[in-house]
Amino acid sequence: MSNLRSLTFDAIIIGGGGSGLRAALELAKSGKKTAVLSKVFPTRSHTVSAQGGITCAIASADPEDDWRWHMYDTVKGGDYIADQDASEYMCSEGPKAVFELEHMGLPFSRFDNGRIYQRPFGGQSKNFGEGGQAARTCAAADRTGHALLHTLYQNNLKNNTTFLNEWYAVDLVKNAEGDVVGCIAMCIETGEVVHVKSKATVLATGGAGRIYASTTNALINTGDGIGMALRAGFPMQDMEMWQFHPTGIYGAGTLVTEGCRGEGGYLINKDGERFMERYAPNAKDLAGRDVVARSMVMEILEGRGCGEKGDHVFLKLDHLGEDVLGKRLPGIVELSKTFAHVDPAKDPIPVVPTCHYMMGGIPTNIHGQAITQDESGNDHIVNGLYACGEAACVSVHGANRLGGNSLLDLVVFGRAAGMFIEGALNDGIEYLDASESDVEFAMKRITRWNDSEGGESIPALKAELQDIMQTSFGVFREEKNMQEGVKKLDELRSRIANAHLPDKSNAFNTARVEALELDNLMEVAEATAIAALERNESRGAHSRYDYPDRDDVNWLKHSLYFPATKELKKRDVNFKPKTVDTFEPKVRTY
Amino acid sequence: MVTNITSFGRSGLSDWLMQRVSAVVLALYTVFMVAYLLFNPDLDYYAWSALFDQTWMRIFSLLAFISVAAHAWIGLWTVTTDYLTSTYLRVGVQSLIILAIFVYLVWGIQILWGA
Amino acid sequence: MSNLQVSVYRYNPETDSAPYMQEFQVDTKGRDVMVLDVLHMMKEQDSGLAFRRSCREGVCGSDGMNMNGKNGLACITPLSDVVKGNKLTLRPLPGLPVIRDMVVDMGLFYKQYERIQPYLQNDTPAPAIERLQSPEERDKLDGLYECILCACCSTSCPSFWWNPDKFVGPAGLLQSYRFLADSRDTATRERLTDLEDPFSVFRCRGIMNCVAVCPKGLNPTRAIGKIREMLLADAT
Repeated sequence: MSNLRSLTFDAIIIGGGGSGLRAALELAKSGKKTAVLSKVFPTRSHTVSAQGGITCAIASADPEDDWRWHMYDTVKGGDYIADQDASEYMCSEGPKAVFELEHMGLPFSRFDNGRIYQRPFGGQSKNFGEGGQAARTCAAADRTGHALLHTLYQNNLKNNTTFLNEWYAVDLVKNAEGDVVGCIAMCIETGEVVHVKSKATVLATGGAGRIYASTTNALINTGDGIGMALRAGFPMQDMEMWQFHPTGIYGAGTLVTEGCRGEGGYLINKDGERFMERYAPNAKDLAGRDVVARSMVMEILEGRGCGEKGDHVFLKLDHLGEDVLGKRLPGIVELSKTFAHVDPAKDPIPVVPTCHYMMGGIPTNIHGQAITQDESGNDHIVNGLYACGEAACVSVHGANRLGGNSLLDLVVFGRAAGMFIEGALNDGIEYLDASESDVEFAMKRITRWNDSEGGESIPALKAELQDIMQTSFGVFREEKNMQEGVKKLDELRSRIANAHLPDKSNAFNTARVEALELDNLMEVAEATAIAALERNESRGAHSRYDYPDRDDVNWLKHSLYFPATKELKKRDVNFKPKTVDTFEPKVRTY
Repeated sequence: MVTNITSFGRSGLSDWLMQRVSAVVLALYTVFMVAYLLFNPDLDYYAWSALFDQTWMRIFSLLAFISVAAHAWIGLWTVTTDYLTSTYLRVGVQSLIILAIFVYLVWGIQILWGA
Repeated sequence: MSNLQVSVYRYNPETDSAPYMQEFQVDTKGRDVMVLDVLHMMKEQDSGLAFRRSCREGVCGSDGMNMNGKNGLACITPLSDVVKGNKLTLRPLPGLPVIRDMVVDMGLFYKQYERIQPYLQNDTPAPAIERLQSPEERDKLDGLYECILCACCSTSCPSFWWNPDKFVGPAGLLQSYRFLADSRDTATRERLTDLEDPFSVFRCRGIMNCVAVCPKGLNPTRAIGKIREMLLADAT
């Protein structure tokens, strides 16, 4: 293994989406030797698909708006297991981060007074839930993620960030003391495998929606960072918490932004009834996403679904008129015509709850430092390892993320991680070098695939995994079904360990990338399954038939999944914001 | 900015403008000539020669010749930079084009004012 | 008969001395699926088939390719839009070096994008809040900022084929105008100076292939015309 070429950086950022690019920008400006390593050209990252906007109290739509109201909504939306110190940080630092984006050139839509356009989104309120619906989501039409990602990429170009585009990170390299000191990575174009040495390794690898058969997520969302961290033995937090977006296009899975409902659209069942009025009398279609998704499934299960099979509902937009649709939701008009063969100016769009976002991930503090827990339940920082964006669980989303909070999460915590790493590098970091056997350990997996001589095919195994997750860990969950799912996943794990990579070529071998991704999907799926099975309550996105109520006595906690033992432990939720009073758990209604 | 020493004005803008202006001149000249021929179906040498004896016609014609020269050079220079990737070949062909345009231009002037 | 006859460009630099076309029979079960779905079905038959893809909804720009002679995004092109006589021919984007199969080296394309300094430049101190911009000023960016860098336009442009190192190409010029048109950008003069040579902008001959293929319905030719107008106004 000593013939492995090595590359050395002060910091390596794995992932070129919103959070990775925001962290990189901070480090590039500081002059630290930084590289962004991304398996796709950065603007192909999934951030590009975000539509509706970035939620932040910039007091544009409402000059009286207050970040504390946003924080209240975020904590309530997360069903009270969002960390309050982290939510406080995100909501209070948010305006700074959003104004920075505007200064970088992000083409936000505008109000007549020239300020950034904000639209209403689900779960938003004024005055701590007492003042009615707020409009807090800053938008660039319905292409905010695209505008944001391109703006960040452009500013990284401006600041001469080093990019390793179309490189795939295989596994983390740990030294003898358990610190993370780099990773093994492969140049996809040439197939060359290198040892990347770095004092700070940032996992900004995004989500893993591809563990489900039906998802709004890009094909690249395979949880690579989660898989790497789990294989390195680090725990995952709140992995049972998967958001099902109410409006994925029926059949295709492509996302239709919540902004549609923010602009005045609403859901109807087969009788044409606006059913959300029954489930959430106040917020109606703008209740939390978990609430809306569950209501939709209830409608379908009770026989009021639309279509021949009665297995979806409709999103009605035609009453908004072509002007509003063309101006505020042009991308949605395009997507509906392409994927649903429907012109939303005339007919409603068939939609169904679709896997959308992973609230869980690598537990971190607000500086992006990864956290693990010792035997007696005390938190410890993992030296050298950082995470931000969807891959991280800070946690600001708790059990259910609010719409528009993901983009804010990306830029606030990407920026925070960048700033913290800059400081840490300035203070001086020295970790023990990885030994040859440490590197060899991290090479094990790719070597296994390269040596595989026979076995099952990768696409078939992937499809099976996605089916198991869809069947047993969907919007509603139940013990027996989940137990079966866990068992099937266990079997699947050993089959994947013996699966076959037929194509061993080096140049742009996408089959090898897909094989490596499959391992990561497996890790994420199993962590999700075990966490979901053991959280015996219903909270946020985690809804169980057999435990229909929230259980604050036992489960006002983060779950922490340990890969070595496959055990689920608990971790305290932070209830100590620094500048505001604690938001005490209340019954969550909309 | 891409630097280039063989283009006409060494600026894309002046090349572009020159090509448009010369095209307008050539269009006017063509329209004039066609109209003149149509309105003078019994044209003979004396009438034709009388036309070219007039100073304004000589200036108009010279303007048209210069326009042809400029238009042809800019157009052919573009074609050579598109299709001739070997530098020597390109410079050679461009030199030939310049030479030909120069010869035609001088010859044209001689015809207009000579004899 | 639901078997689609697909002919795909294949080239693996490690094993093939020259590229060739390979025939596939794909059973679409009579559905009008997207071309990207067909590629996935073929990849199940031959895992070695290489192509890029990510969002599968037409916003990331990964899967630009040439389908029955016309550039477009495989993920939002239904078979009914391109297939003639049950035959589909897939080739990589024209004019760029092929790395493997449908994967091209986009280096030159990205280089031209970087050349136009695709970022906002403003030399005035940033205010404490956002810079104000009227809705009318913001409207000028519509039809420009939506570019997804898929390269369908530039690789359908003969001027870009002949001079990819000197002609910025429709995609880069569209982005150049996106910043020229932005009321918040103060580097207009520098941007224009950088474009006035005979190649960068002026190699565009207005044949509008870029407009015909843009999967986002954008109009680079119009943007190029606007740049020319600005250059003219600036120089006369």
